[in-house]
Amino acid sequence: MTANKMLKSIAFYALVVVIVIFSIFPFYYAIVTSFATGTALFEANYFPKAFDWANYKAVLGGATFPRNILNSVFVATTTVVFALFLAVTASYALARVRFRGRGLLLMTILAVSMFPQIAVLAGLFELITYLGLFNSPFALILSYTIFTLPFTVWVLTTFMRDLPVEIEEAAIVDGATPWIIITKVFLPLLWPALVTTGLLAFIGAWNEFLFALTFTSSESTRTVPVAIALLSGASQQEIPWGPIMAASVIVTVPLIILVLIFQRKIVAGLTAGGVKG
Amino acid sequence: MAKIELKNVKKSYGAVDVIKGIDLTIEKGEFMVFVGPSGCGKSTLLRLISGLEEISSGDMLFDSERVNNVLPSQRGIAMVFQSYALYPHMSVYDNMAFGMKLAKASPEAMKKRVLEAAKLLQIDHLLERLPKQLSGGQRQRVAIGRAIVRDPRVFLFDEPLSNLDAALRVQTRLEIAKLHHSMSDVTMIYVTHDQVEAMTLADRIAVLRDGRLEQVGTPAELYERPNSIFVAGFIGSPKMNFLTGKFAADHGCTTLGIRSEHIDVVTGGMWTGQIVHAEDLGSDNYLFVEVGSDEPLIVRQEGKLTMKVGDTVSLSPKDGQLHRFDQNGKPIR
Amino acid sequence: MTASKPAIARDGGLSLQQQRQKAAFWFLAPMLIALFCVAAWPLLRTVWFSLTDTSLNNLYGGKWIGFDNYLRVQTLSNGTVRYKGTLVDPAWWNAVWNTLRFSVVSVVCETVLGLIVALVLNAEFKGRGLVRAAILIPWAIPTIVSAKMWAWMLNDQYGILNDMALNLGLISSKIAWTATTDTAMYAVLMVDIWKTTPFMALLCLAGLQMVPRDIYEAAKIDGINPVKVFFKITLPLIRPALMVAVIFRMLDALRIFDLIYVLTPNSAATKTMSVISRENLIEFDKFAYGSAQSTLLFAILAVFVSLYIWLGKVDLSGEGGK
Repeated sequence: MTANKMLKSIAFYALVVVIVIFSIFPFYYAIVTSFATGTALFEANYFPKAFDWANYKAVLGGATFPRNILNSVFVATTTVVFALFLAVTASYALARVRFRGRGLLLMTILAVSMFPQIAVLAGLFELITYLGLFNSPFALILSYTIFTLPFTVWVLTTFMRDLPVEIEEAAIVDGATPWIIITKVFLPLLWPALVTTGLLAFIGAWNEFLFALTFTSSESTRTVPVAIALLSGASQQEIPWGPIMAASVIVTVPLIILVLIFQRKIVAGLTAGGVKG
Repeated sequence: MAKIELKNVKKSYGAVDVIKGIDLTIEKGEFMVFVGPSGCGKSTLLRLISGLEEISSGDMLFDSERVNNVLPSQRGIAMVFQSYALYPHMSVYDNMAFGMKLAKASPEAMKKRVLEAAKLLQIDHLLERLPKQLSGGQRQRVAIGRAIVRDPRVFLFDEPLSNLDAALRVQTRLEIAKLHHSMSDVTMIYVTHDQVEAMTLADRIAVLRDGRLEQVGTPAELYERPNSIFVAGFIGSPKMNFLTGKFAADHGCTTLGIRSEHIDVVTGGMWTGQIVHAEDLGSDNYLFVEVGSDEPLIVRQEGKLTMKVGDTVSLSPKDGQLHRFDQNGKPIR
Repeated sequence: MTASKPAIARDGGLSLQQQRQKAAFWFLAPMLIALFCVAAWPLLRTVWFSLTDTSLNNLYGGKWIGFDNYLRVQTLSNGTVRYKGTLVDPAWWNAVWNTLRFSVVSVVCETVLGLIVALVLNAEFKGRGLVRAAILIPWAIPTIVSAKMWAWMLNDQYGILNDMALNLGLISSKIAWTATTDTAMYAVLMVDIWKTTPFMALLCLAGLQMVPRDIYEAAKIDGINPVKVFFKITLPLIRPALMVAVIFRMLDALRIFDLIYVLTPNSAATKTMSVISRENLIEFDKFAYGSAQSTLLFAILAVFVSLYIWLGKVDLSGEGGK
């Protein structure tokens, strides 16, 4: 190896190290903070001094945070199941059946997935109060459909389009109706795509803030992001950083584990959808 | 078991005409091969017969009954696809039984028929496996088995051997020929771009070109009495030699065709030229002789090669084996 | 073979195409109805509210007032002309300016950094999988959580970033990053870039992996400078993927709400169109006025997307190549 080459590879690895540190340091520091209590909280510590679970106990033992987690799980799961259910048949129609206006329809769905949420806020607020859903999880399930449904339709359409035509034709020759083709032939082939799409939609719903902030009003109906954003201490000046970091770690660790397990599939899904989860 | 009639069948996608009016009758129990260069419409024609595509105009009759708009599953057809198109998540058994399951057949009847077909194709030991655990040849047999289970009136093959390697292709070709003999009352329609497959399998061949039928006939008819330069050039390997200009004018035509095995090396023959290339295949050999036409003449000789590149030879066509074509590519007889 | 033959269906029923189109209609209907209820209808209502004087507590008591929420020209008795409405509201134009500034800077930075990270990940080296996993972490963290995490790191008194910068001698005294007008936008940009660069990197990487390797090998054999290879070969080839990624990011950036709401609450230096619209809609009881602002935001986005697709000839549907 020449000196020049050596220098190059050192520079390359330095860049890699910078990227990695930049990516994981904030979360690492949140973990460090979540284990700090008392005065340790107010020193800049790069390494944990002690593992004190007090912050976690405070958050999980609190009156509402466990409830907030349940709310989030319920809302995100229901939203995703609902969206997938509608999206599977719709994406079959969009990917596999020739009909006039298909391109236009696809673009419309894509356009809806890019809607600024704020533009429908007023109208949704009216709809939700009209239906009597304000301050209930169903208000969120209804409103989250605006981004989960177009997203799942779009991503599943791209996956569905890639399934071999001849398999579908073989099924048609075998006498399968479109419904049978979807349920008996395509669904078993699509489940990896369903998992990916569902997971991405789940993350989207889990992280949503604007609707959750607007359509819930009591502590017990809030979802996790709103709860964390509004977590406050005894006084305005005293922001409870320890518990906030503990809560943050609690809601983030499962997501990170899921994302790391499904890494490859998620990358495929993101590329297919091109949409931020 | 079905006689298929196509009456002025046309197919267009928007402004593009793919099939431009085809009249063809396929007899009961016949093995018909559609052959032609890519883009000639042969696959489309097969898909029109299968019902996977709808004809734009004209009539399609199965046993004198009009089936223009009948669903593929109700036409009594079975189809073997180029990519096998097995259901990847189903076992071999389920793959073969799927159609009968959908038709709500009784489990006993289903089992009986699947086993029969599996035995016939010698895949009965593979019934529990998934397609991904099978070799290419086995997959193709399962695909054929699935078609047999449907007990079709018409068997459709869409380039079924294209995905197999050369050795397996010859073997599977033989299997299909045997299948045809054992199911002699089932009509079979087979699409290929490979004229060797066409020649070896077909009772009759339909040569397609540019959405039209160029010629329909038995392999021998097509080989011996091609209806056009196109058919003459497409059928037969190596390709028929074509001579133009003075060579053709001598015989009162625009293009003169002669097959390689119909040229003799003689002394004082009709054409003289130098050997520019030679191929020795053992049982026979090919000489490429530059006689002054556009391309060298290919001459097939039996036995081992005795001449060498650079030699000058004199050639003469066998009696009655010259094909003469006019300026429209039609034969002069 | 004796089993029952399928009876030949009579000609004249639904053909295959018709059967499939009919099924497609029923498959699409529920989805379209759902989308109409949660997207089209609320959007229309928002536009309608923006043309009335509806208030939050009396959603059905609004009167039609035309475009007054956008622009109202009043001629006072003494002859002076007064303009009112969003279009002459300095707070609104401040929000527009903040949004544009934020979107352009963040998307440019994220694209450039994302490309660099993607190029790194596209090289073969030990531990590549680990690095890819590491950059997925910021993406997986909920925005609110990352906002809080960074708020803590950027804390003026106890924040670790001030501590680092002080130790490294980059600053002479602690900075209140999120609270100071001059630095609030930098803080927001920093967090957004941290959170979203991985997304761009992944999309760029997917584009890079489509480029056949032998092109690089051919360039190497020809002895072309790697920098030149990047600009002359790689970049043009991944341009379509990049264009799509950029538009998605841009749309996301233009509607940003949560990060700013949590990281720099009530700071005029960072308040974006979404933030100010919601403020008026829900918090200040200027429901109709907020509706007008969110309608404007929608209109701006729509114009932007149309221009981008038209000028960039972006193939969003992915059907062009098929």
